[in-house]
Amino acid sequence: MIEVTDLHKSFGDTEILKGITTTFDKGKTNLIIGQSGSGKTVFLKCLLGLFEYEQGSIAYDGKIFSKLSDAQKRDLRAEIGMVFQGSALFDSMTIAQNVMFPLKMFTKQSKSEMEDRVDFVLKRVNLADAHNKMPSEASGGMQKRVAIARAIVNNPKYLFCDEPNSGLDPKTSMVIDNLIQEITDEYQIITVINSHDMNSVMEIGEKIVFLKNGYKEWEGSKDTIFKTDNKSVTDFVYSSNLFKKVRRMYIEEHQ
Amino acid sequence: MKTLILKDIDDLIIGSLGIVAFISFFVGGVITIQTALNIDNPLIPPSLVGFATRQSVILEFAPTFTSIIIAGKVGSFITSSIGTMRVTEQIDALEVMGINSLNYLIFPKTVALLLYPFVIAIGMFLGILGGMAACVFGGFSSLEDFIIGIQTDFTPFHVTYAFIKTFVFAFVLATIPSFYGYYMKGGALEVGKASTTSFVWTSVVIILLNYLLTQMLLS
Ligand SMILES: Nc1ncnc2c1ncn2[C@@H]1O[C@H](COP(=O)(O)OP(=O)(O)O)[C@@H](O)[C@H]1O
Ligand SMILES: [Mg+2]
Repeated sequence: MIEVTDLHKSFGDTEILKGITTTFDKGKTNLIIGQSGSGKTVFLKCLLGLFEYEQGSIAYDGKIFSKLSDAQKRDLRAEIGMVFQGSALFDSMTIAQNVMFPLKMFTKQSKSEMEDRVDFVLKRVNLADAHNKMPSEASGGMQKRVAIARAIVNNPKYLFCDEPNSGLDPKTSMVIDNLIQEITDEYQIITVINSHDMNSVMEIGEKIVFLKNGYKEWEGSKDTIFKTDNKSVTDFVYSSNLFKKVRRMYIEEHQ
Repeated sequence: MKTLILKDIDDLIIGSLGIVAFISFFVGGVITIQTALNIDNPLIPPSLVGFATRQSVILEFAPTFTSIIIAGKVGSFITSSIGTMRVTEQIDALEVMGINSLNYLIFPKTVALLLYPFVIAIGMFLGILGGMAACVFGGFSSLEDFIIGIQTDFTPFHVTYAFIKTFVFAFVLATIPSFYGYYMKGGALEVGKASTTSFVWTSVVIILLNYLLTQMLLS
């Protein structure tokens, strides 16, 4: 379990996160939702230790990140996989080299062990024969799958995804969402996903944290988000007419 | 790390040889023509043309002016490639994998630029060769006079001075553009702006250090 307690983060005089407390469970896809600019990426980067924060604590299965020694932080990093918003593949390396990179950094496996593992994860994300392509030659959806493969190659206990389906068409988005959910369930990972995509919310929102103006405005799941009366949440989630209709139908059905 | 260094040698050093060779040869030629056209006093020996070309090329043209050109080529390449890694979160990806990204990105470039003095040595050689060619083909003085000029009053310390400058400039060329790329914020547009700013400051620092080093070493 990841426990976030009273997290505060500012840039200069602007406080972006004003005290966030929540938890993320194992084997579940946890979603952070909120408008563009609401601090989702900042929140995730605090979790990853990429940003320092002024106040609050983040505990990974009881280990408080800020209190770890450098060596312990490194050990913890070996258990973390991250899918960045723009995939962040290293553009001077082939797809296979990208996926192998964390293994080279974190393990002492032999070349053939690493190659086997790379083959395995690339197959797992349905990219069995893209090894020697450069990232620039791959489509957005493929790049995203490579980024997922790179994030899970070292068997992480924690997986973070920043808007994994931004810039993808709805069908590809669904494939990516489902892939992340399957992997989370299969390997019992703690997965935290930033999203502003309502399809993801409905499909894989096993836990949902809604951020607004730097606060945690609401917390629940895809089942409770239909029923909530919180106006900020309904305004955000049901901003389109289609979703307003879906919500009405859902409520009628469940009465 | 080895592959990174080799790649940077390829990008930064090998990739600069062509432009340095081209510019050195022709500017060397121009220096010679200008010098020859400016002396019409029959008391001045014809070998002065070779002497002046050697001095200008070794002391200033090859180490300093070539470095300004390289600040434009290599410097903006470094800033834009590291800057692109910053805006596309590749640097964050390195950090998440427990890598000291600053070190990882800048160290290989600094090592690669240790070879920069070789580029400048080639520039010196071709600059003087270009001068010689211009002198002979333009009929300003004979080949023999030019060669006598090149050998007149040769001070080995001038070459040492030129290479001390070159080493210092190599360090400037590796670090200032890297820092501009590494610490940039924003998107693709800002990468372009960062490259321009980095070129300006790299040139300014080179020119100022050139002044200071000349004052310290030669006077
Ligand atoms: N490195 C930074 N320096 C200063 N401000 C930042 C930085 N990163 C993000 N911000 C600001 O924090 C706010 C939240 O950004 P972000 O977390 O990227 O939002 P989103 O929810 O869209 O991911 C924005 O107002 C942004 O300008
Ligand atoms: Mg974001």
